Amino acid sequence: MNSPEQPGAVQVQDFPGGIVLPDNKAQSLQQPIRPGGLPPELWLPLQQHLGQPAITVVSEGDRVLKGQLLAAAQGPDSVPVHAPTSGLISAIAQRAVPHPSGMSDWCITLIPDGEDRWRERQPLPAYLELERDQLLARVHASGIAGLGGSGFATGRKLDSTRGHQIHQLILNGVECEPYITADQALMQERAEEILEGLALTAHLIEAKQCLIAIEDNKPAAIQAMQGALARHREDNSQLQRPTEIVVIPTKYPSGGEKQLIQMLTGQELPHGTLPADIGILCHNVATVAAIYRAVVHDEPLLSRIITLTGEALADPGNREALLGTPINYLLQQAGQDQAATRHLIMGGPMMGFELPSSQVPVVKTSNCLIAATVQEMPPAPPAQTCIRCGQCEQVCPMTLLPQQLLWFAQGSEHHKAEQHNLFDCIECGACAYVCPSHIPLVQHYRHSKGVLRKEQAEQASANRARERFEQRQARLEREKAEKEARRQARAEARKARQSETPAATGSPEQAPTSAEIAAPVDTQMLEQRREQAMAKREELLERLSAARDQALASTPQLERALAKHEQRLAALDQKLADARTPAQGQTP
Amino acid sequence: MTFIARSSPHAFSGNSTGRLMQWVMLASVPGLLAQTWFFGWGNLINVLWCMALAVGAEAVMLRIRKRPVRWQLEDCTALVTGLLLGLSLPPLLPWWISALAVISAIVMAKHLYGGLGNNPFNPAMVGYAVVLISFPLAMTTTWAMPAGAGDGGLSLWGTLVQIFAGSASSPAIDGVTMATPLDLYKQQIHRELASTVTQHPAFGDFVARGWEWVNLGFLAGGLLLLWRRIITWHIPVSFLAALAFMALLFGWDPDQSVPLSLHLLAGGTMLGAFFIATDPVSGATSNKGKLVYGAGIGALLYIIRAWGSYPDAVAFAVLLMNFAVPFIDHYTQPRSYGHQKPRRVS
Repeated sequence: MNSPEQPGAVQVQDFPGGIVLPDNKAQSLQQPIRPGGLPPELWLPLQQHLGQPAITVVSEGDRVLKGQLLAAAQGPDSVPVHAPTSGLISAIAQRAVPHPSGMSDWCITLIPDGEDRWRERQPLPAYLELERDQLLARVHASGIAGLGGSGFATGRKLDSTRGHQIHQLILNGVECEPYITADQALMQERAEEILEGLALTAHLIEAKQCLIAIEDNKPAAIQAMQGALARHREDNSQLQRPTEIVVIPTKYPSGGEKQLIQMLTGQELPHGTLPADIGILCHNVATVAAIYRAVVHDEPLLSRIITLTGEALADPGNREALLGTPINYLLQQAGQDQAATRHLIMGGPMMGFELPSSQVPVVKTSNCLIAATVQEMPPAPPAQTCIRCGQCEQVCPMTLLPQQLLWFAQGSEHHKAEQHNLFDCIECGACAYVCPSHIPLVQHYRHSKGVLRKEQAEQASANRARERFEQRQARLEREKAEKEARRQARAEARKARQSETPAATGSPEQAPTSAEIAAPVDTQMLEQRREQAMAKREELLERLSAARDQALASTPQLERALAKHEQRLAALDQKLADARTPAQGQTP
Repeated sequence: MTFIARSSPHAFSGNSTGRLMQWVMLASVPGLLAQTWFFGWGNLINVLWCMALAVGAEAVMLRIRKRPVRWQLEDCTALVTGLLLGLSLPPLLPWWISALAVISAIVMAKHLYGGLGNNPFNPAMVGYAVVLISFPLAMTTTWAMPAGAGDGGLSLWGTLVQIFAGSASSPAIDGVTMATPLDLYKQQIHRELASTVTQHPAFGDFVARGWEWVNLGFLAGGLLLLWRRIITWHIPVSFLAALAFMALLFGWDPDQSVPLSLHLLAGGTMLGAFFIATDPVSGATSNKGKLVYGAGIGALLYIIRAWGSYPDAVAFAVLLMNFAVPFIDHYTQPRSYGHQKPRRVS
């Protein structure tokens, strides 16, 4: 390990492949970050992250305050949604969300009242006194999902370090995609906030060392961060860990988590592991700034910085937009020339996706919006045949064989593609960028992945069904055998009693008590009830496994019902056993 | 408002197959100029003739296969096939033999296998091999005498007449052709010492009169292709290294066998290393695979030159290694990021 105290201690390594792109960042950096304004409506999707959607906790017609919880997280991968401003919940309905397919999803519509009234807040400046789990709970509750574009639940990511010693906390300020300047603007203007967030995060996960990676095409951001870091050092602040700003060469996709880890540590993240498994955690600069605001000021994630750019905009720049702000509202503010807009891209030109409509909201992962003219993004020429020139392979940062993967994808040999590590493809688009035959390689890979994922899901579902069936068969057989055994036991007992009866009659003083006479009747009734209970339990079990498969909301209810039933069954068994004991005790 | 749906990435480098091929053609100019300077108009006429014929054959085949003719001609690959044949065929070869080579290359080796991108064998080398096997005499006796080695070559008109109206066995051309240095050295070194052999005018003052400049010209063009990143260093370097290694190992004594300098700077060595072996379609793809592929060609080149019956062997070496490409590709998959070792698909 390098000695982290000295500046320049980190030796920046290279990663294989990669490309140098025209960066197109200057046009959105002419102005400082401006507020995105208060639109007439906010559309808040319940799923703005990877993982389970949140569940609404408000109803139509409710008045809500700024920062109030609107939808709660459902499981650890899920993140909650809060009201970006005070207002009225006018609808909870399906509407278009930012997605390449133009699909609709559940959204909460909030009509702002213009007062921007906060709910009661509990700031926490002395966070160092809090336990790790308490801090983590605050992050979980704040609705932060990876703001770099991944949308992975931040609380979950922090939690992934449990049981791991984190040697390096890497702050990703690389922003390697062209056009996007949201992180760069944030670093230039709010370096302090980022460092506060870094200090807090490092404290939370007990990181040994912090590295802040910035590409060398952002000198102003580097300077601002260095200045803030120097001030922090002087103030002897909460950033007690050795921290270093690492300037890395500009090469796409250096901001990819795996590539960044390779550049800063020389290590490759082994296939199928998380960075925490090798003692590393990466966070986007905007994410840690949001963590700081959430924990210290009790401000959940309500807005984000989004780069509005592209030649169809008269006034490009970075806006701090409330989550849920309609895209067309922002575009209007930026002076969009609608006629000249040929493509509307959310995200960067390399990995972003085309929006089918501008009637969609800003979500937690929306880092950039490009309104491109036809000159800016001319239509791709028709694809020619692959000539196996291997340029794709030279630029692939994951050292895959793109042309081979294409061959398999085209021939529907998806399993071969999988064996050639198709799922390691990060879809950075470098291969398609350089392809002289203009083949939409990434699209082919996505198709292959889709086919394989579907197949896997179907396979898993079929396996579950088979298992269920086999278990049911086994259970039925077992029960049948038990029933038979009981029946035989009863028959034998009866036979034994009958053979004893004459002897019993011979001794009149040994006449059975009324309770003992009633006992067999009682047992029979109990057994009948037990049979019924078993049947009911079986039915419940089946319904539960079906519900689990389909991830129905009724699962917990069914679980509770089953547990209750098991108790009842146990009680019946006990009663039955009790009822039998005296009877058996008497017979011999 | 709706937009034209397109999948990422939304930006492109502006690279195209046509552009790559144009660079290849441009890079061949120094070598072609040297050929013209030393061996007369023959190669230039061959190049033009083969290129024109290649485009014609390509157009006909595309039409027959119901493909967009104009659009596919723009990829310039047929032009490059014609160019490579024109550069490698002997300068005074009769026109119909060149035509046969071009048609074999475009029709047989390229389109019958499915057209661009699907041909397992290098089309130009298939064409070359077909005519070399069919017309061995014409292919070995029509190399023009290098300038400075004799009384002076043919005029432009004389060359045209020889190519389009002459015959390979006509006595008229005996005076203007000469065995290639590789051939000559190989034949003579069994009888004489190296110092005597190299007295022959074919060797000139340096290595091989004319040939050394042609090879240096192709080397320069190859460096241009490397600089423009149209080819990678792997194939040329391993090709030349393997050839040099074999030449030093088995041919260290110039009194016994052809020396290294002649191997590197005579015959089609540099044209083969930078322009022919680097054909992407029929070559190995991974960097490691390219090293193996190039080394295989270099080694085979030496083997056929030294112990085979042909004086030069770029075409056969390349074709033989084309056969091995699927095998090489299978065993030279790169290790992907985060994986211990490459997985092999059975």
